[in-house]
Amino acid sequence: MSGAKMVVQALIDQGVDTVFGYPGGAVLPIYDEIFQQNSIKHFLVRHEQGAVHAAEAYARSTGKPGVVLVTSGPGATNAVTGLTDALMDSIPLVVLTGQVPTFMIGSDAFQEADTVGITRPCTKHNWLVKDTDALAHTLHSAFHVASSGRPGPVLVDIPKDVQFANGTYEGPAKMKSHYQPKLKGDLEAITALVAAMEVAQKPIFYTGGGVINSGPIASQLLRELVAATNFPITSTLMGLGSYPGNGDNWLGMLGMHGLYEANMAMHDCDLMINIGARFDDRITGRLDAFSPGSTKAHIDIDASSINKVIHVDIPILGDVAHVLEDMLKVWKARGRTTNSKALKTWWAEIDGWRKIRCLDYAADSKVIKPQYALERLEALTKDHDRYITTEVGQHQMWAAQYYKFDRPRRWINSGGLGTMGVGLPYAMGVQFAYPDATVACITGEASIQMCIQELSTAQQYSLPLKVITLNNRYLGMVRQWQEFFHGNRYSESYVDALPDFVKLAEAYGHVGMRIENPSDVEGALKEALALKDRLVFMDFITDQEENVYPMIPGGKGLSEMILK
Amino acid sequence: MRHILSLLLENESGALSRVSGLFSARGYNIESLTVAPTEDSSLSRMTVVTTGSDEVLEQITKQLNKLVDVVRVIDLTDGSHIERELMLVKVRAVAKDREEMKRISDIFRGRILDVTDKTYTIELTGTGAKLDAFFESLDQDAILETVRTGASGIGRGERILKV
Repeated sequence: MSGAKMVVQALIDQGVDTVFGYPGGAVLPIYDEIFQQNSIKHFLVRHEQGAVHAAEAYARSTGKPGVVLVTSGPGATNAVTGLTDALMDSIPLVVLTGQVPTFMIGSDAFQEADTVGITRPCTKHNWLVKDTDALAHTLHSAFHVASSGRPGPVLVDIPKDVQFANGTYEGPAKMKSHYQPKLKGDLEAITALVAAMEVAQKPIFYTGGGVINSGPIASQLLRELVAATNFPITSTLMGLGSYPGNGDNWLGMLGMHGLYEANMAMHDCDLMINIGARFDDRITGRLDAFSPGSTKAHIDIDASSINKVIHVDIPILGDVAHVLEDMLKVWKARGRTTNSKALKTWWAEIDGWRKIRCLDYAADSKVIKPQYALERLEALTKDHDRYITTEVGQHQMWAAQYYKFDRPRRWINSGGLGTMGVGLPYAMGVQFAYPDATVACITGEASIQMCIQELSTAQQYSLPLKVITLNNRYLGMVRQWQEFFHGNRYSESYVDALPDFVKLAEAYGHVGMRIENPSDVEGALKEALALKDRLVFMDFITDQEENVYPMIPGGKGLSEMILK
Repeated sequence: MRHILSLLLENESGALSRVSGLFSARGYNIESLTVAPTEDSSLSRMTVVTTGSDEVLEQITKQLNKLVDVVRVIDLTDGSHIERELMLVKVRAVAKDREEMKRISDIFRGRILDVTDKTYTIELTGTGAKLDAFFESLDQDAILETVRTGASGIGRGERILKV
């Protein structure tokens, strides 16, 4: 079997049905094989960055690894941002790159780049395959590494002569790997945590993307545990949806733009149970002021996440679902105890913080408040099978604050890397996976222009996305920081010479809408949502200098939020 | 504190780069790094000498273990171990210094491998500290060239690093 055919066969054997990519000289043999089969659908993007982000969103929304096929040189270097994005957020990706023939490697050949060298720091692992006989095994290993343990992106670089040459294909069953991450947590540590839970006066669950990555059972078990113990729960940006946003024990997102009650509860708690989160700097604020009085437990599948920035008292290495299952078992076996009297006082304290109503904003009848547009979108899509993608900046934080996600994998955005330009390709990736779902991309006029060429892909595949642009004519988050920390000097944060987005959308064959009055918001959203088979690009002209609150300024502690 | 880490890793191209890249990307120190294949040709053995607090060493060990190519990691300095490094020094050896050089080399159990009418090339093995001591005992102006391998290490007694 030729190397090129092996690639397609390995993808089929791995259960892949969708590939995002862009052809070029060094992958033509593989594209020729794709042309001659019907099992795998290939989606042609307009820029390799779009392919990787779309594949990421496919993975983020389905839980299956996203697959990308691009050419050598610029094809591979254009994939670097997406790879880094996936690495930071622990998203399983298998990226296949073409390479110049083995006998030309190192000669500065046309479209040659040291792809494995360039992508080594931004992949979980990568391979350069120099021998067709090793190709099948490497591809199967790639899927294994990408999706086991803490998931992440991997890359397989395949020289053109390896694609042309014949070799022996082997199926995934024969694959063996010493890479076998531990799933079960240590029972002694789990028992120690349960014992701490039984007596805790001010406990809190602090959950992250690890709950979602662990699979649907993890979210189920988490809900059961929260309901059984009546402990409050907060989540990072990456973990939204693992516990329902309208659940009784939900405090809202925590962190730099988290809710007042969530941050105060984290600061004041006496037992913090971190489930699949990683004490990111956007969560902890100043480290020496981070929850000074609490006992901390940390459940994580990645040993290096434990004790990396915050020292924890009860480390539990393992997969979230496996550990939660054991936690529940042990807790039930020991008599289902909690310190309910203290919990009552704790909830009363939390309710006091809730009364601050930190997400309230001044309504306005003349200018569209971005929060208002999102609240209406949230209300109007409540009963939809909906997925939300965002880019990075103010709109992302507002969406995280105002949207209520009741299921995992519905909230797709760039957490760790904070990549502008991901929203539109993310939305495409989700819609490819779920053609009948309502997929909205919440964006800003700056972020959307970083991958706007993908409007053409959306047209080619008739993706009925809803692009919700909160257009404040500023790089909003940059401007907010300049207002707070740089004396209102708005250095290069104004987006001058914006395009007419309505005409732009129409030029790509989509529907464009410009909404300037608060009274038109509801009607326009209804109209757009009713256009079920069209991409609608909604350009909301919003309040220019609205800020995201609450905010923990850099270098401050969790309890030092700016509220207004 | 100084630590000697011993690693078994897959003998793949790029494995060395992954380890050195990890140290530079995360700002860890490398004092020395040596690597060569083992009796099992699919595995390489690497010795990394690094410095850092206990917290930093915990992270280094965990990050190394996370690399897919890395099969096992131990910190030799956790227990009793043997450390050896090889150094070659070319020194100026003329007139009355010639005898003095030979004497110092003998004291440190060095071996003179190459002799010309003006130079000696001395081979010395031992711990890093011993090599440093030898270095300091020489007249600094007499040192023409030095090359050191960096430390290799192995546990004492029953302490064995194997797959």
